[in-house]
Amino acid sequence: MKYIREFRDRGLARTLAEAIARESDTGRDYHLMEFCGGHTHAIFRYGVQDLMPDNVEFVHGPGCPVCVLPVRRLDDAVELAERHGVILCTYGDMMRVPGTKQRSLIRAKADGADVRMVYSTLDALKVARDNPEREVVFFAIGFETTTPPTAVAVKQAEALGLTNFTVFSNHVMTPPAMRHLLETAGEEEVKIDGFLGPSHVSSVIGSNPYKPFAETFKKPVVIAGFEPLDVMQASLMAIRQINEGRHEVENEYTRVVTPEGNLKAQVLVAEVFEPRRSFEWRGLGAIPESALKLRARYAAFDAEQRFPLAAKDSREVKSCECPAILRGAKKPTDCKLFGTVCTPDNPMGSCMVSSEGACAAYWSYGRFRGPEEQKKGAAA
Amino acid sequence: MNMIAPKMTKHKAPAKTSTLRGTVNMTHGGGGRGMAELIDNLFLRHLDNALLRQGHDAALCAVPPGRLAISTDGHVISPLFFPGGDIGSLAVHGTLNDVAMAGAKPLYLTAGFILEEGFPLADLERIVISMAAAAREAGVPVVTGDTKVVEKGNGDGVFITTTGIGVVPEGVEISAQRARPGQAILLSGSIGDHGIAILSQRENLAFDTEIRSDSAALHGLVAEMVAAVPEIAVLRDPTRGGLAATLNEIARQAGVGMVLEEEAIPVKPEVTAACELLGLDPLYVANEGKLICLCDAEDAGRLLEVLRAHPLGREAALIGQVTEDPHAMVQMRTSFGGGRVVDWLAGEQLPRIC
Repeated sequence: MKYIREFRDRGLARTLAEAIARESDTGRDYHLMEFCGGHTHAIFRYGVQDLMPDNVEFVHGPGCPVCVLPVRRLDDAVELAERHGVILCTYGDMMRVPGTKQRSLIRAKADGADVRMVYSTLDALKVARDNPEREVVFFAIGFETTTPPTAVAVKQAEALGLTNFTVFSNHVMTPPAMRHLLETAGEEEVKIDGFLGPSHVSSVIGSNPYKPFAETFKKPVVIAGFEPLDVMQASLMAIRQINEGRHEVENEYTRVVTPEGNLKAQVLVAEVFEPRRSFEWRGLGAIPESALKLRARYAAFDAEQRFPLAAKDSREVKSCECPAILRGAKKPTDCKLFGTVCTPDNPMGSCMVSSEGACAAYWSYGRFRGPEEQKKGAAA
Repeated sequence: MNMIAPKMTKHKAPAKTSTLRGTVNMTHGGGGRGMAELIDNLFLRHLDNALLRQGHDAALCAVPPGRLAISTDGHVISPLFFPGGDIGSLAVHGTLNDVAMAGAKPLYLTAGFILEEGFPLADLERIVISMAAAAREAGVPVVTGDTKVVEKGNGDGVFITTTGIGVVPEGVEISAQRARPGQAILLSGSIGDHGIAILSQRENLAFDTEIRSDSAALHGLVAEMVAAVPEIAVLRDPTRGGLAATLNEIARQAGVGMVLEEEAIPVKPEVTAACELLGLDPLYVANEGKLICLCDAEDAGRLLEVLRAHPLGREAALIGQVTEDPHAMVQMRTSFGGGRVVDWLAGEQLPRIC
């Protein structure tokens, strides 16, 4: 299969593993934060860590859109579905994320709310067209990768004259989150020597936006694809930069990412969305100019404008370590709930739900390392 | 009586042979003339056999000596018609396979229909024709049945529950509890075909693919396997939850571990491609015509020969080994060269698939 097997080739993986082992300095550790959940998933699904030397450690970043959504926004979505009687269209991952008191969309659905899983914004538009007498809300989440399709849906809804379609926007932006991570990293001693930068996000925004960031914080950023060979190649590139004292933006994912990114998508997003003054991220707290809302010109398609959302006392489960895990300050195995009360079947926090969440990845793919090895990992 | 059913090929357009017009209404389940007509013109007409024709409330069937294997399965698939089959053929294959996984020879089937008011009778006839063809091909008659009608909005067109009854040959003792460290794990063919074929037809997900459901009755293949190696330890068909769920189920029931070789597991390129696009792992995608077999390592070669000589087992492969593991985990050496756990699927993100 062209372009699937090629990037999972065992022989090339071995060659890269040898190069990493040869070039990494045994006298030091390398803490590489893979920003995206897609990277985390690839690392675990293909067993990439097994091919890395002991002193190269992946620190799992906050780039899982499901994971960084604060409980409050999820509670709002549940309210939309339950109290306002809308058809709430959502990506599948969001269905099982627990809100306050473990209330999730899947439970709301079981109790009669009309929640529908969609694969794309166009599906949500179709639901709106097919149900002209109902209000249809698309629960929009995601980083820069999923924002352009939402913008397209809004523009199409306008072109079609749909009056029953709105978007509950939770789109967030990567560079402000990366900046925030490093600005606050010192407080908790999150060790990050370099970043494996976002792949799909960068296909939209390009590699240029990371430049000031790499210079300011003196950390290398290597944009990496989501295939396991991408992750290994990018790790080698980051290790070389660290060894040579460089801190540049490099692009491993050249088959997709350009310095400027997808200008058409950027124009479209800027036309429909504008930055919020501030947005609360799960784990990271409030980050200025880090999320997008619909512009006033498209207010008619903004669910937050159309439906009055009640004030809420939203709360996460006590002692859930998702926030610290999202900052890279803790590992899933440091959490008291991990694997005891919190499992993929009964998730307490968002990181256990999404396949891109660090906890779910640890649980689904990593348990065989056993308690001893997990302890070792936690102590490292 | 016209007993000739069309071949189960594509079922997109209503069958030309349909003589029924209109839709299901409440009288079809009411016990009166409407119901009698439906039974005569549809169910008896297509599923006809001597036992069904008895017309008793209970079919009276002869049973050879030995242990009976009995299995029941409700079928609620959406969409009802899909590439490679429909709910009618699936209701036959699914239950026959459950009986066959005990090493049994299936003898009889029963069928219960729950019909939703307003469902087109022509579609119902297509389903019954397909069911009849599947039963005939399998050589197992539907000997009794039941029909109920629910009000519009209380069903999803048609639900079919089938029960299969079979008899286990003497000396055959197939059970998950017999899984032991050192045994070989065989798989009869490529995984994920059924689930991907279903997904490709979903209203909000339709995509073009050549993939057809692998829905098929496996008891013929099982009979040959059991004849060659009566000591087979475990047979299972990896339906809902796919290969991963079924292997985890066996591992947990027997308290053993498993190690799979990703490279050895056959997956069609089209299925791989669809899974990549949809973010699915083929290990978790449903099958309706595949089986997993656990056997002593020295019997593996012989069984692979039997499997590969049969049309339903041509791509059979040795995919792994049973290991000792108090945690009963299924692990896999990835084709990339690393290792991972193959866990149960948490919840079900996919639509109804069987």
